[in-house]
This record gives sequence, C-alpha cells and structure tokens, in this order.
Amino acid sequence: MLLIKQGRVIDPESGRDETGNIVISAGKITDYLPGEAPKNFDGTVIDAAGHWVLPGLIDMHVHLRDPGFEWKEDIRSGTVAAAAGGFSSVACMANTSPVNDHAEVTRYIREKAASQGAANVFPVAAVTRGMEGKEMTDFAELFEAGAVAFSDDGKPVRNALMLRRALEYARAFDFLIMEHAEDHDLSEGGAANEGWAALRLGIPGIPSASEEVAIARDILLARLTGGRIHIQHISTKMGVDLLRMAKKAGLRVTGETAPHYFTLTDAAIEGYNTNAKMSPPLRGEEDRMAILEGIVDGTIDAIASDHAPHDDLTKRCEFTAASNGIIGLETALPLSMSLLAGGKVTPARLVELLSVSPARILGLKGKGSLRKGSDGDVTIVNPEDEWEFQESDVRSKSRNSPFFGWKMKGRAFAVLCGGRVTHSLLRDVAADV
Amino acid sequence: MEWRRRHVLGLADFSTEEIEFVIDTARSMEDVLTRDIKKVPALRGKTVVNLFFEPSTRTRTSFEIAGKRLSADMVNFSSTVSSISKGESLLDTARNIDAMKPGIIVMRHPASGAAHFLSRYVSCSVINAGDGSNEHPTQGLLDLYAILKVKNKIKGIKIAIIGDILHSRVVRSNLHSLGRMGADLWLCGPATLLPREMARSGAKLTNDIREAVRDADVVMMLRIQLERQHTAYFPSLREYSRKYGLNSEVFSLARKDAVIMHPGPINRGVELSDELADSAHSIILNQVESGVAIRMALLYLLAGGHHAAH
Repeated sequence: MLLIKQGRVIDPESGRDETGNIVISAGKITDYLPGEAPKNFDGTVIDAAGHWVLPGLIDMHVHLRDPGFEWKEDIRSGTVAAAAGGFSSVACMANTSPVNDHAEVTRYIREKAASQGAANVFPVAAVTRGMEGKEMTDFAELFEAGAVAFSDDGKPVRNALMLRRALEYARAFDFLIMEHAEDHDLSEGGAANEGWAALRLGIPGIPSASEEVAIARDILLARLTGGRIHIQHISTKMGVDLLRMAKKAGLRVTGETAPHYFTLTDAAIEGYNTNAKMSPPLRGEEDRMAILEGIVDGTIDAIASDHAPHDDLTKRCEFTAASNGIIGLETALPLSMSLLAGGKVTPARLVELLSVSPARILGLKGKGSLRKGSDGDVTIVNPEDEWEFQESDVRSKSRNSPFFGWKMKGRAFAVLCGGRVTHSLLRDVAADV
Repeated sequence: MEWRRRHVLGLADFSTEEIEFVIDTARSMEDVLTRDIKKVPALRGKTVVNLFFEPSTRTRTSFEIAGKRLSADMVNFSSTVSSISKGESLLDTARNIDAMKPGIIVMRHPASGAAHFLSRYVSCSVINAGDGSNEHPTQGLLDLYAILKVKNKIKGIKIAIIGDILHSRVVRSNLHSLGRMGADLWLCGPATLLPREMARSGAKLTNDIREAVRDADVVMMLRIQLERQHTAYFPSLREYSRKYGLNSEVFSLARKDAVIMHPGPINRGVELSDELADSAHSIILNQVESGVAIRMALLYLLAGGHHAAH
C-alpha cells in the first residue's frame, strides 16, 4: 500500500484539478480521496504537498536503439532516462537492428523491458518488412506479441499504394499506423530546413513541402480507407493546417510534435551545430508559431520527444555527414512546461498532451488516468523547481542535445510505474530501479 | 592594424578593415613576384599542409607556389571522401596531421563547414580552400583584388555574377568581400539555381542575363559543373548555354570598359564563349596571378609575419 498525499491532482480524464490523495495497491490505483490526507495510513507515504500529481507521462515516440545499437542506448538506459524525465511509459520505434518487423523482436523488447526496464515499454512494430516499403508485416501477430501500433519511422512508406493497403488492412483490427511524413524525393540530399540559415551556410535544404506533401497524402489515404493514422513529429505550419482540416472533416487522423519544434528554429544550426540536426529539420519562426498555435487549439494531440540517441562519432563530424536526431526524454517535460508561461496552455492541457492523448491514441488501457482501477503510473512534478540541464545529468548513453546549459523551470520529482518508484528527487523516497 | 586572426575559415566575419589589410599585404607580396628570384625567407622552417579532399589542381598549385615563394615546407595530402569514411575520418585525419605539428593547414573539403570543424580540433592555423557550398575565402579576396587592379574601386560598380548561385562557394565569399566593400551586386541564373531567399544577402536577383549584364562593370561567370547532375536543375546544357551563357551579343550590353571574370576552370562554349574568354576584356589570368599574391599574404599573416616584419 502506498499513499501519495496532499498533491495537486491534475487528472483531465476525470476532470479533477484539486488537492487530493491517491492510494496505490498491487500496482493499481485503488482509491482517490479528495481534501485532507487519511490519518493512520498503513503503508508508504509520499508527501506531494506543493507538487503536481499527474497520470504517468507517456512518450509516444522514442528510439531505444535496442536491439542492435546498444552503444547508443539500450532498453535499460533509455527507460532510466525516461523515468528521470518524468515518463512512466514510452513507445519505441522499429528502426532497430534487426528491425522490429517480427514477433520475436517485439517479444525481446517486451521481455527485456519487463526484467530490466524502469518504464513501461510499448513497441511500435514496422509497417513493412525491413522497413523497405514493399511487404506488410504480420500486423495481428505483432499485435499479439505486444506491438501497440505500426510505423516505418525514419523511413516512411514511400509508395502510396503500399500505405493504402496497410491502412485498409489495419482498419479491420483498428490498428494504428504512425507515419513519419516525408517525401523523400523532395528532401533528398538535404541536411537542414530550406531557408536563409541553410542557404547562408551552404547546407543543402529540405523544403517544408517535403513534409506537407506527405501529410496531405497520408490524410487523403486515411479518407480513402477509413484507416487510423497518426502523423509523427509535425514541424511545419502547413502540416498543422492540414491536420486541422482533416480533423474538421472528421477523419481519423491525429498528430504529435516534439519540443524542439516549438522551442528552436533553424537558426540553431549556426556554426554547423550537429545537435541541431534532425529529421524533420528545425524550421522557421513562422512554423514554430504555428506549432504553438496547434498545441493551444487542440489540433496537435500530443507532444513526444523523438528521443534519438547518437554516439559522439556520428555527431562529431561534418554537418552533412552527421546523423539526424537528439536525445529528448530528459528535456521534454521542462521544455513543454515552458508553454505554461503564456497562460494559453493550462496544466491540464499539458497533461493531455503528455499522457491522456498518447494513451488514447495508442489504446493503452489503464494509462493516462488517475481514476480508481487505473494502473499505478504517477508522475509527481515540482512546477517551481529551477534547474540547469547539464551534460552530467544525462541518464541516456548518448549526449546529443542542443539544450545543455539551458535554464529549465519544472521537473519530475518522482515517477511511479505500476506502484514502483522508478525515479525520485524527493527526500525520504528512494527509487527502486 | 594588428592581425589577430588564427584561421581563415570564411569571409563572413571579416571586417572591411581586415579585408583591406590583406589586400595591402598582397600588394607587397606582388613585388616579390616581379623579382628575378621570387623567393623570400618569411616562412622558413614552417610547414604548410595542403589537405585536399576534392580534386583541385589550380587552388592547390596556387597555395603551393605561394608557400614555396615564402620558403615554407609544403606537404601535399590529397584524398577523396568516400561515402563510408565520413566525419570520423576527418576528425581522425585532423588529429593525426595536427600531431605532426604543422604551422598551417590549407583544406579543401566537399562538406560545408568542414574547415570550421577542423579548426576546432587542431592547434595550428587553418585556411579554408573551399568547403562544400559554403565559402572559398581566398577566391573572394583574389576576385576583389583583381577587380581593384583594373577598376581602382569597388563601391558603386555593378558586378554581375552569373551561373549556379545555389551551390557556389565562390558566390558566398564574394557576397562578403565585394558586398561589404559596397559593390552593386547582381546574381543571375536559372530559377532552380537562384534561390529567392538569396535576396536577403542584399544582392539583386534576376533570371534574365541581359538585365544582369546591362551596364555592368564586371561580369563574373561561374562554372556549370558538368559532373554534377545538373540536368535536374535545367533542361540541357544547350538550353543553359542559350539562356545563361555569355557571348558577345549579351556582353555588348555591359559598359564599354567592362571586364570578364571566371574562377575557372571554364567550360568553353557553355557558360562563356571562346572569343570572350580570350578577349582583351577577360581578366581571368589576372585572377590567377592575384590568387598567388593573396595566398602568400594570408600564409604570411597567419605565420605571424606581420609581427616579425616590425
């Protein structure tokens, strides 16, 4: 038995935002008591006074690099980083080696996460074998093995007919297809957003249209098939506009963005900074503002980190040769909390973006909620804590972040995953990982 | 002024004062070039490594001659960058060469920013001899110097640069050198090779070669790289030549005393007609000559020659 007492309980799913107490037993939330804390509680007590108590955060887009690239990250280090960043669950992409296109790989991830992980790990399997865009994977078998959705992230499905078939086939099971929206012909050879920053530095550009063309295609295929599609890491203004239009039309389309797309612009590539190189690339200020607007008006459903660990070797090199991506699990929450400053994003909306919506989109039962009967996944946040993100803080095996030295406000002070404390900065509460 | 710069990575952060100082130094180097014995001991005992990851005969030779005239020990290292040996090898190469304690590394590399990268990992000076599409600072300086020799000024004169603006490191350096000195700069090329955002550089853009050349004092033609897959950027070399090649008819729109420049090597008959390339208006060989003086000046300044001279 465990009691989290006197925190500000923010649970959009039940509409709660009040001081209250949560009781967890045998990995589940067994009781919710508003107001005063129960006296004479028989069990562990976590005093959350002055803190926010949230349904466990879910990062629906990470790369754990395991199996195959364990020197960059593995399931253990990646989930420890997740817990440190406030996440109790992550959905990991399929571009491992071997690719997660077979139930064996899915089971390997699930089992390793269960035995060594510090967070729930929900594998996203590949849409096509080897992510080669030619043949569908065995969706149903992968689902039974534990895959929660399907994506060829990083290597989007090029062939529209292939994607049509996948969406159509998946519809019968209500499986979700997640798309890294990019027209590879338009982006080919590019290394940064096509705009003044890249032009001035002589870096080949990637036009916004390479994302927008693909999002438009994906939406039209969702319309054609009635399938369910989720657009990953939206970075462009027109991408947000297209998603808004699709939702207005009642299509089953959702979308996420990543903190760097509302925090940075392509100006960050100055000095050939390879930690500002990602796919899709950082865009212009107009795009950044549109992403913020999409977050405020609900067009964008979720914030996901696109945590992409890379070793020094593939980042400490010429800009065009560098790998795409940055680590994000440990900065996603504080960067997202910076959205609160303007008042347009409420704490409850933030919880939707980081927990409720990911749970709903991925169909994770018992997640994204603090109701009685939900899983004992809880994130406790100190919203006032001011801290500086430093390289020495990093729990991930990789160090590819553009945010070192950034002043942050708000930090996860404890995370519970199925009732187990996976991260704690609280006095008298020790993590058990 | 006092020369404080350790590297020459690009002209983006050069002040006009620094540019003028390099030109002045190049002038005094040119005196050496007119002597019978074209050699001074300024860089005796210093090693200059020519590190070329892209084929280049002209620039490499120009640096080599410049170094030898200053009595530096010149070492040539040429390699091509294969698709598998990327950043890791540049870092490795940099550290290895640095361990041999050269005074100056002159590098050409196909990746934009490669010289900036190198400069962070070596203890010697770095001169960028061309990095991808970013900059070719010695070209920017020698073009400025060559123009000054015939026009005596840069401010207010119309300079048209015509060709593949998008991929050109020569353009990016010239935007800084010529642009900063107040030239009326025009960039011209097919729309696919002339990004509209380039207007933010302050230069005027046009897709019409006649508009670019009209009343120009200087017409600089860029090499269309036949080896690049340029068919994707314009229909054919024939069409390119018809619309963007410089011939006598188009050149007649320029001022009477206009000069023609080209960073070389020329695709004769494609971007520049034979007759113009060899005409009295051409200062292409003066550019080559100015190049040696500019490179001598930079080697001299980076080697601390300026202080030694006092």
